Amino acid sequence: MNVVRFLLHNQAQVLELTAEHLWLVGISTLFAMLIGIPLGIVIAHRPRLNKPVLAGANIIQTIPSLALFGFLLPVPWLGERSDRLAILALTLYALLPIIRNTYTGICGVDPAVLEAGRGMGLTKSQLLFQVELPLAVSVILSGVRVAVVIAVGLATIAAAIGAGGLGEFIFRGLAMVDNRVILAGAIPAAILALLADVGVGWLEKRLRAR
Amino acid sequence: MPDPATAPVIEFRDVSFRVADTQVLAGLTLQVSSGETLVLLGRSGSGKTTTLKLINRLVSPTSGEVRVNGMPNCEVDVTRLRRGMGYVIQDAGLFPHFTVERNIGLVPKIEGWPKEKIRARTQELLQLVGLAPEIAARYPHQLSGGQRQRVGVARALAANPEILLMDEPFAALDPLTRDDLQREFLLLQQRLHKTVVFVTHDLREALRLGSRIALMEAGKLVTVLSPEEFVKSTDPWAAAYVRAFGDGLESAAKRGTS
Repeated sequence: MNVVRFLLHNQAQVLELTAEHLWLVGISTLFAMLIGIPLGIVIAHRPRLNKPVLAGANIIQTIPSLALFGFLLPVPWLGERSDRLAILALTLYALLPIIRNTYTGICGVDPAVLEAGRGMGLTKSQLLFQVELPLAVSVILSGVRVAVVIAVGLATIAAAIGAGGLGEFIFRGLAMVDNRVILAGAIPAAILALLADVGVGWLEKRLRAR
Repeated sequence: MPDPATAPVIEFRDVSFRVADTQVLAGLTLQVSSGETLVLLGRSGSGKTTTLKLINRLVSPTSGEVRVNGMPNCEVDVTRLRRGMGYVIQDAGLFPHFTVERNIGLVPKIEGWPKEKIRARTQELLQLVGLAPEIAARYPHQLSGGQRQRVGVARALAANPEILLMDEPFAALDPLTRDDLQREFLLLQQRLHKTVVFVTHDLREALRLGSRIALMEAGKLVTVLSPEEFVKSTDPWAAAYVRAFGDGLESAAKRGTS
C-alpha cells in the first residue's frame, strides 16, 4: 500500500490541504445558501422571476470550471488572492441546486395549508417562517447536499489557480506522473464528499417535517 | 348609531367580483345577523366560496363593499380582520409539521398569550369538539378525517372569534362521521351563538344547520329562505334543488331547528 505510506509520511501536509479544502467548500456553500435560499423564496412567490433566475443559474452551471477559474483570474480585487477567486467560483456553482430546491420545496407546500394560514391571519413573514420554510426544509437541504458534494469535487480544480486544497496533490501527481500522489489527493477528497453527503443527509432527516 | 343587537354583523352591499372577463359574482346584497348560521348553498362555480372569501378578504371585490361589524372590511387591518374570525376549510388545512396542540394554539401564541393560558385553552377546545386530551400531542397525519376536521374547528375557535367562516368543512367526510359532526356543530352553536357563514352544496346539510339559506346560482343570489320555507318554495331553482335531493327533506328542515 504505497498510497497509505505516502499519506502517513506526509500527514501534516495532508491535514493542511484537507483543512484548506474544507474551508473552500464550507465558505462557498455558506455564501451560496445565503444567496440561493432567499432567491429561491423570492422566485417561488413571484412566478414571473423563476424562469430568468433558474436560467441564469443553469448557464453558470454549464461553464467549464477550469474556464471559469481562468476568466476570473484577471478580475482586479479577486485575482490578487486565488482563494477568493476559488470561493467565488465554487459559490456560483453551488447556487443552482440550492435555488432550485428552495423553489421546489416552497412551491410544494399544500395550497390548502397556506390558505388556512392566510385565513387565520398569519402575516406573510409568519407564513414563511412558521409554515413554508419548515415544510420545505428537507427539500432545501437535499439541494445543499448536492451542492456540497459538487463543491468538494470542484474544489480540487481550484489548485490549478493556486488556491490550495487537496487538488495540489492531484496536480503535483499529474506533473510527476506518480499515481501515489494523485491518489493522496483524490482519496481524502472522495472521503470528504462521502462524509458531507452523509452528514447533510442526516441533518435533512432530522429536520424533516412530519 | 344603529342598535348593535339588530345591526348586521356582516353585510354585502352590491358586491361584484370578476376575474379577467369572468363575472364570478354580480350585485350581491346580503346581511348576516348576530348569532345566526347563514348557509350559502349552490353548485360548484356558483360563487359561494368567493362570497365567503370576500368576508375575510382572501378575495377583494371589484365593486361594492363588504362590511363587518359596521365597518367596511377594506378599512380594517387585514391581519386583525382575519384574526377576528375563525376559518374552517375542507380537509381542515392543518399544519402537518405541528402537533394538534400547536395547530390550535398558533394564533393565541402569535397574539402573545402566556403558555399556560394556551395550554388550558387547547384542552378546553379539545373537550368542546369531542376529542380526548391526549390527542393534543399527535400530528395531523396520525388522525382520522373526522378528528382532523374537529381540530380544524377547534383551531378556528381558539382566539374566541365572534364570526366563523366554514367552507364545506364536512364535505370530504364519510356519511356517518359527517352526521356526527353536524350534530355536534348544532350543539356547539347552541352554546356559543357565533355568527356563522357556512358554505355547502348539500341541501340536507343546509336544512339541518342553517337558520337561513342563501341559494346561489351562476354568481347571483337567487333567494334567502328559512329551511321550512325552502322545502316548500316555488322558486324554480329552490324547487329544482329540492327535487334533486328527493324525499324526507321536511323532516331534515325540522330537525335542524328543534
